[in-house]
Amino acid sequence: MLLATMVATVLILARSRNLFAVVVLGGIYSFLMATVLVALDAVDVAMTEAAVGAGVSTVLLLGALHLCKAEEAKPAQRPWLPLAVAAGTGAVLVYGTLGLPAFSDPQSPIRTHVEPRYLNAVLEETGVPNVVTAVLASYRGYDTLGETTVVFTAGAGVIALLRRRKKRDAADADQDRSAR
Amino acid sequence: MKNDLVLRVIAKLLIPFILLFALYVQFHGDFGPGGGFQAGVIAAAAVVLHALIFGLAATRRIVPEPLVETMLAAGVLIYAGVGIAGLLLGGNFLDYFVLSGDPVYGQQRGIFWVEVGVAVTVSGVMLKIFYMFAARGRDEAAEDA
Repeated sequence: MLLATMVATVLILARSRNLFAVVVLGGIYSFLMATVLVALDAVDVAMTEAAVGAGVSTVLLLGALHLCKAEEAKPAQRPWLPLAVAAGTGAVLVYGTLGLPAFSDPQSPIRTHVEPRYLNAVLEETGVPNVVTAVLASYRGYDTLGETTVVFTAGAGVIALLRRRKKRDAADADQDRSAR
Repeated sequence: MKNDLVLRVIAKLLIPFILLFALYVQFHGDFGPGGGFQAGVIAAAAVVLHALIFGLAATRRIVPEPLVETMLAAGVLIYAGVGIAGLLLGGNFLDYFVLSGDPVYGQQRGIFWVEVGVAVTVSGVMLKIFYMFAARGRDEAAEDA
């Protein structure tokens, strides 16, 4: 049911030329995805998906939409080649999933390798009942430090991109004034 | 939307609870779902909601831009600071066992501060990006006028 709704959302999303509708549908898609993740018991990821995907990024896209036109331009030619490339890539990816162990297979490598170690040792080693938090912040502290740095770098990048143009405009205006 | 009474009242009712929920997700992240990243985004979303309803200028007065920019870097520094504190106390980088006499309590303390660092950076970045996008349209409209 959920997946059918998601497929329908994506189909309308791909057909729609109204960018406002696209942004709203994107938010709906994220929310459905969050519901799927709740159904899979991945509540931490679901919260992130709901807050980032459906919340903040929808607002950011609406903000971007405010800066441009609300209607997508008609493509110059029929996009058959990109469609074929996308469909081919999708088919290869689906073919790749055939080699993965079955969903929630107890004998698969992820269930028999580090997962039991984390689940068994986490309470006595860290005293933190939420294993996800313990793994992220303690066992994989380096990874999370790197991720935080990535988030920081992304913010710094946005600042650099959006600020430089403003300054250049001001500089151009100054030059214009001095030229006159 | 600045003059819509219903939106203003509902937003004023909701924002404290959103912030409270962010704090709950932050400090209860050890026990329930959630943690620094989620809490940071939820807190940023509360501020974004305020900006949507009351206007960017009002929000900038409450959460000023220099504070947001400081948060951007401060979170990473808090996180790395936990690692360096571990070094100073004689452990490895990001080794929480030495942060307290009791190793388990040291772990909890380390995780707590690390999560604080993540939350501060994440909400700082989200807010900064939102501010820049929102202000951009506003400034150019003002220039055009």
